[in-house]
Amino acid sequence: MTHTPVHPAPAAQPDQHGHAEEHHHSPFLAHHFESSEQQFDSGKLGMWLFLVTEIMFFSGLFCAYAVYRSSHPEIFIYAHKFLDTNLGAINTVVLLVSSLTMALAVRAAQMSQRKALIINLILTLICAGGFLGIKYVEYSHKWHAGLLWAGQFHPDFSHLEGAHQEHGEPASAESSHGHTESSHDTTDPSAPRNAGIFFSIYFCLTGLHGIHILAGMGAIIWILVRSIRGDFSADYYGPVDFVGLYWHLVDLVWIYLFPLLYLIH
Amino acid sequence: MAHNTITTSDEQAHADGHPHVMPLSVLLPTFAALIALTVITVSASKLSIGAAEIWVAMGIATIKATLVALYFMHLRYDKPFNALLILFSLVFAAIFVGMALVDSQAYQPEISAYDLQQPK
Repeated sequence: MTHTPVHPAPAAQPDQHGHAEEHHHSPFLAHHFESSEQQFDSGKLGMWLFLVTEIMFFSGLFCAYAVYRSSHPEIFIYAHKFLDTNLGAINTVVLLVSSLTMALAVRAAQMSQRKALIINLILTLICAGGFLGIKYVEYSHKWHAGLLWAGQFHPDFSHLEGAHQEHGEPASAESSHGHTESSHDTTDPSAPRNAGIFFSIYFCLTGLHGIHILAGMGAIIWILVRSIRGDFSADYYGPVDFVGLYWHLVDLVWIYLFPLLYLIH
Repeated sequence: MAHNTITTSDEQAHADGHPHVMPLSVLLPTFAALIALTVITVSASKLSIGAAEIWVAMGIATIKATLVALYFMHLRYDKPFNALLILFSLVFAAIFVGMALVDSQAYQPEISAYDLQQPK
């Protein structure tokens, strides 16, 4: 073992397992890093910088929310009642559980516990899928009720069962889709002007967040495949840690979205 | 490179460059606190506390976000530079939203006058 950490040409081969017997460092150490620690710290710095751009990215939409809520509070007070606080709260808990399992996955990787790592990653994926499933229920409900973005905002309360019993009977509303002339005027006369702006902001914020969930699921699947392959150990777990950071940031954004969208009174 | 695998206890410090492994005795109470704060913020929203409500909700959300960042994201045990990055991004986000809010009221008189002329 006389070689220096900066190894010459042979290391330029793809990082397969070929040169593991010659170099006693991790096969995942890229040739342009001096050590695993330097590689890990560089990756972590890069991930934090990416999260900074993510915060600025979302802050544009939070800014739109703040400006519209300050100038048109009546729209937000009117529109929030169409969001189901229970579903939002359940989704908050689902994401918090997924954050815990992601933190446990990072911990398992740090302790070279391959089985615990795989189990926790699968649990995180299940929670992410559950979150999107609940989101799908919410979106489809709004779609059928005409609670869409400004320009497509045509609330039709004959499809809202339960919340507005005075409008139409659910049975007929199910059968004849899209009727307006039969029974009563189904548009809400109490809706403030430009009420659809709330749903523009709602769909942009939750939609962008949902895209981040999807991207996170893709990243977790990549980590899961590599975990099953046995790539990660206490010596090399950077990717698990970095994907974990991203996943926690997605959770952080939802922590703010939930009270801002669902808990208005 | 001395790769001392983490063997003994959860709590051990890593002076040799190995990062901090978060013990279960921190992760699980953090999770419990996050769930409790979620219940509190939902309950608080049902009280009628008027204009203070948004600040209570945002305060609770910020406590939750801080817990996630410090313990789930290991920021408390991370290099201080990474924490500084996030703090600066939050400062700039606050400047961005704050300045936009200041300016957003600039044309409200004209908008109100227009609204009065054109009832919906």
